[in-house]
Amino acid sequence: MSDPFRLPHRPARRLPAGGRVDRSAPLRFTYDGTRYTGLRGDTLASALLANGVAGASPSLYRGRPRGIATAGVEEPNALVQVAGPGSEPMLLATTLELYEGLTATGLSGRGRLDPGPDPAVYDKMHLHTEVLVVGAGPAGLAAALAAGRSGARVVLVDDQPEPGGSLLAGHEEIDGVPALDWVAAVREELAARPGVRILTRSTATGYYDHNYLLVAEHRTDHLGPHPVPGVSRQRLWHIRARRVVLATGSHERPMVFAGNDLPGVMSAAAVRAYVNRYAVLPGHRAVVLTTNDHAYATALDLVAAGAEVSALVDTRPEPPAGLVDAARRAGIEVVTGSCVVGAYGDAAVAAVRTAALDADDAVTGPVRDLACDLLAVSGGWSPAVQLWSQAQGTTRYDEDLAAFVPARAAQHVDIVGAARGVLDLAGCLDGGFAAGAEAARSAGFPAAVPATPANSGDTRPSRPRPVWLVPGEDGDPSTWHDHFVDLQRDATVADVHRAVRAGMRSVEHIKRYTTIGTAHDQGKASAVSATGVIARLLGARTPGDVGTTTYRGPYVPVPFALLAGRERGPLFDPVRTTAIHPWHTAHGAVFENVGQWQRPRYFPLAGEDMDAAVLRECRAARAGVAVMDATTLGKIDVIGPDAGAFLNRVYTNAFARLAVNSARYGMMCRADGMVFDDGVTLRLAEDHYLMTTTTGNAAGVLDWLEEWLQTEWPELRVRLTSVTEQWATVAVVGPRSREVLGALVPDLDVSNDAFPFMTARETRLANGVEARICRISFSGELAFEINVASWYGLAVWESVIEAGRPLGITPYGTETMHVLRAEKGYPIVGQDTDGTVTPWTWAWSGSSPGRRTSSENARSDGATPAAATAGNSSACCRSTRPCCCRRARSWSPTPKRPCPSGRWDMSPPATAAPPSAAPSPWR
Amino acid sequence: MLLIACPWCGEREELEFHYGGQAHVAHPAEPEGLSDSQWGEYLFVRDNPKGPFAERWSHSAGCRRWFNVVRHTVTHEILAVYPAGQPKPVILP
Repeated sequence: MSDPFRLPHRPARRLPAGGRVDRSAPLRFTYDGTRYTGLRGDTLASALLANGVAGASPSLYRGRPRGIATAGVEEPNALVQVAGPGSEPMLLATTLELYEGLTATGLSGRGRLDPGPDPAVYDKMHLHTEVLVVGAGPAGLAAALAAGRSGARVVLVDDQPEPGGSLLAGHEEIDGVPALDWVAAVREELAARPGVRILTRSTATGYYDHNYLLVAEHRTDHLGPHPVPGVSRQRLWHIRARRVVLATGSHERPMVFAGNDLPGVMSAAAVRAYVNRYAVLPGHRAVVLTTNDHAYATALDLVAAGAEVSALVDTRPEPPAGLVDAARRAGIEVVTGSCVVGAYGDAAVAAVRTAALDADDAVTGPVRDLACDLLAVSGGWSPAVQLWSQAQGTTRYDEDLAAFVPARAAQHVDIVGAARGVLDLAGCLDGGFAAGAEAARSAGFPAAVPATPANSGDTRPSRPRPVWLVPGEDGDPSTWHDHFVDLQRDATVADVHRAVRAGMRSVEHIKRYTTIGTAHDQGKASAVSATGVIARLLGARTPGDVGTTTYRGPYVPVPFALLAGRERGPLFDPVRTTAIHPWHTAHGAVFENVGQWQRPRYFPLAGEDMDAAVLRECRAARAGVAVMDATTLGKIDVIGPDAGAFLNRVYTNAFARLAVNSARYGMMCRADGMVFDDGVTLRLAEDHYLMTTTTGNAAGVLDWLEEWLQTEWPELRVRLTSVTEQWATVAVVGPRSREVLGALVPDLDVSNDAFPFMTARETRLANGVEARICRISFSGELAFEINVASWYGLAVWESVIEAGRPLGITPYGTETMHVLRAEKGYPIVGQDTDGTVTPWTWAWSGSSPGRRTSSENARSDGATPAAATAGNSSACCRSTRPCCCRRARSWSPTPKRPCPSGRWDMSPPATAAPPSAAPSPWR
Repeated sequence: MLLIACPWCGEREELEFHYGGQAHVAHPAEPEGLSDSQWGEYLFVRDNPKGPFAERWSHSAGCRRWFNVVRHTVTHEILAVYPAGQPKPVILP
C-alpha cells in the first residue's frame, strides 16, 4: 500500500536546502479533506504551496478561483477554518503555523462560529513600561537594543515566532555576518537584560489614548487546537508606555490589471519569503512585474532557486543600471517602461500579456504573450501606518515614495524603518538606533545611540513609477470587470467606476458604496491601490489628492474570547446576594436580578405557578403576616453637624427638624427638576441620618450626593458612607406583624401609641441581637423593618419565621412587593418614572383615584394616613437656599385625605380581628 | 484610555474615573431671579471647544474625590490637574 501522504503527481516545490524550516520534523496535515505533509517552521500557506496547492477557496461573490497571494497578515484570499474544540473560523493560512494533525477547511470569505463551548483559557496581562517597541524587524531590534542598554524597561512585541522581520525573507549581512546571526545576538543581549521583555507571536492590535496599547499574544496556537494544561491559549496585554516606537514595516501593494486575481499572481516580496524563509518555490516559470527596485531581488532569488524567470517587467523606462545588469547577468530578460496588461488561465495563471506604456499609462506598441505559472508583482510599498493612525497621527502623500507616510505624531510616539518609508537596511538600522535612544532619554534614561554596523543594504532605493490603473486591452473602465481592486470583496474597477459615475468623490463614500477595504483584511495591502484607482478615475493627479480612509483597531481580527478573558459565565458580571440568600435558595425561591442583586421573585409551594404563589403571598400580607428580605434597598449614612441642612438641600422636602428616631419620606430631583430618587430617611441622632434609596440606584444616589457636597457645598460638614451591605433588613408585613414583633422583642412596647408610624426604635431582640426596628411600610399594611448587622441577618430571618409560624407567616418576593405597592399606588423611581417626570407631573398623574399629591407617594402603613405623616413642606424649592431642584419650586403638597374612595383608609390593625391562620409551612 | 493623575492618588486608568462635564459651571446663587432661558443656559448649554477644555472628573473607583482637569479635546493631552474650587489655570496655546 502506498504512502497516503505522498502525492507523486505534483511537481516538487520544496527546495532541497535552506529556509527556516526543520526538515527533520515532517508534519502531517489535512486541507479540504486531502492529507499532505509539511515541515516545522511552515505556515499552512507555505506547506500548501510546497505541495503545489493554490491554497484558497473560490471568491465570495463571483466564485472565481483564488490562490495564496501574500505571506502575511495582509492576505486577502487564503482564509481557513481550523477543526478542533472551539473551532475557529477566518484564520489566515499565511499566518497559521503548521502543527502535527492540523485540519483546515478553506473558506470563501465567510466562516462559521463553533456553537460548542470553547474549552481554552484566555488571560489578560497589564504592564507598564518606559519604552514599547512594536515590530522586531531590523529597525525595531535596533530601537529595542538602544533603549534596552539605557536600563529603561523595554517591551518588544512581534507577531512572528522569531524576531527578524524582513530579514527572515532575505539574505542580507550585518556586521560581517548573516543578518539572522546578528538578530540572534541582539535577541540574546536583550533577553539577558532584566528590564526587557520580548513577546513573540504577539500582535499589537490597538493603539489608544495616552500610549495605551493592546497586544494579542498567541501562546499555544502553534501547538495544536487542544488546550495545554496550565497555559492560557492567548493573552491580551494591556500595555501603558511612556514612549512608543513603531517599527511596523510595510505592505507590498498589488497592481490593478485584468486577471490580477488569478492563483499564481502573488506579491513579489511574498515570493521571496516563500523561497528564502520557507524553502518553497511558488512557481517554476515566473514573470516578475515591478514599479520599484525591490522585485529585482525576488527575480534573482527565483533564478538561484532553480526557477525560470521569463521576464522582469519594470514600469520605469530607465531602472537603475546596476539592477538591470545584475538581472541580465542571471539570464533574465528585463523589459522596461512596460507593464503586464493581463493575466490569463483557467484555474491558475498560465500566461501574461505585456505591453509598453507611455507617460500617461496608455498602452503603446504591440502586446506580447509570455507563458508562466507565477506572476510576482510589486506595486510599491505602503508603510504600515495603521497603529500610527489609530494613535491620531497624521499621514501625507510622498510623491518620491508614491506612498502615504507618517507626518505629525499626536502622542509620545516615533515611527521608524519601512513604516516611515525608509526602505534600505542601513536607514532602518540608523533610524531604529536613534529612535530607541531618544525614547529612553525622554523617559528619563540617558542613552547613547549605538553605531550602525556595516551592512549589505546601504543603497537607497530609486524612485518608483506607480501605475495605479493598468489599462485594459479594450473597453473602458466601466467594462473592466476583471481588474480587481479588492479581492476579498470581489470589487473591480467597474465597481469603482460606477461609484464615481454616481457622483461620489470622497474616498470614504466610495469605500462604503463599493465595500472596498471593509473585508477581513481591511485593505492592508490593497487600500492604497484602490485609492490610486479612484484618483485615476476622478482625474486626480495622485492618491494624495484623494486621501485615505480612517484606520481603526483592531489591526488584525481578535477573538471575542480573548477580549472576554476570564470574564465569562459567572465571572462576567458580579452577583450580589444578601446575608439571607442561603435561606431563599434552600426554600425554593425563584430569583430575579435587580441591578446586580439577586432577589427572590416569589416562593412557590409544590405545584404552584407564579400567579398562584403571588396571590397566596399577597393574601398573607394583606390579611395575616408576611415577610420580605429588604436588605438590597440602598442605605447611606449621612453624618455631621450639617447633615440636616444637607438633606434639606438634596430632597424636595425638609429633614433638618425631623425628630430623632423618626422617619420621613423624601423625594430627590436633579437640577433639571426631574425626579431622580426617593426613599425614607431616618434620623438616628442629631448629627446622624440613615438614608434609603431604590435598590438599583444606590450607587447613583451616593455619587449625586458626593458631587454636590464636594463641588457646590464644600462648606457643609457632612460625611457620606454607603452602608447597604452592612445592614440586613427583614420587613415583617401585615395586620398581624405586630404580634410577630411582640414575640421577637418581648421588652419593646409595639403598640400603636408607643411605637407610631414612621418612627424607629433601637433595641435588642430576644435572641440577643441588637436591632433597629422601623415602623415603615411599602405595602400599605402595618409593617416593621428589622435592621441588624449583616452577619446576623440569616439568624434573625430564621427567628422571624419561627416567631411567625403560628400565624402562618409567609415569605414573599419582589413580584408580590410590586402587587402590594401598585395596589396602593406607591411608585418606584426608575420603573414608574423615566427621567422626564417632575414632582409636579407625578403628583398630578392619573394613575390613582382622585388627585394625587406627591406626599401620597410616601408609604403609609394603613394604620396612619400618609398625608399626615409624610414631608411637612416642599422646603427647598420655595426657599432662597441653594437647591438642586429649583425647577420643582411650584410644587407644594396639599395635605388631604389620600383617597376619596376610602380605599386607602384602612382601620388600624390593632383593633382589627386577627384572621385565622394556619401555621406557616416555612422553616 | 486616558491616564489621569488624580491629585490625591496619582496616575490611574480612566476606568477608575467618572466624567463630570464642563468645570466652573456654578449653581446660580439666586435661581429664582433667573429667566427660563438663563436657567436653561445653566442646565444645558456647555462649551464645546477644539482645544484645551476645563472639565470635572471624579475618582469614583478610588478616593471618590472630584477635581478638575484641563484636557486638549483633539489630542486628549492633559494640560493641568487641580482641585475643585480652584480657578482654572492659564494654559498657553
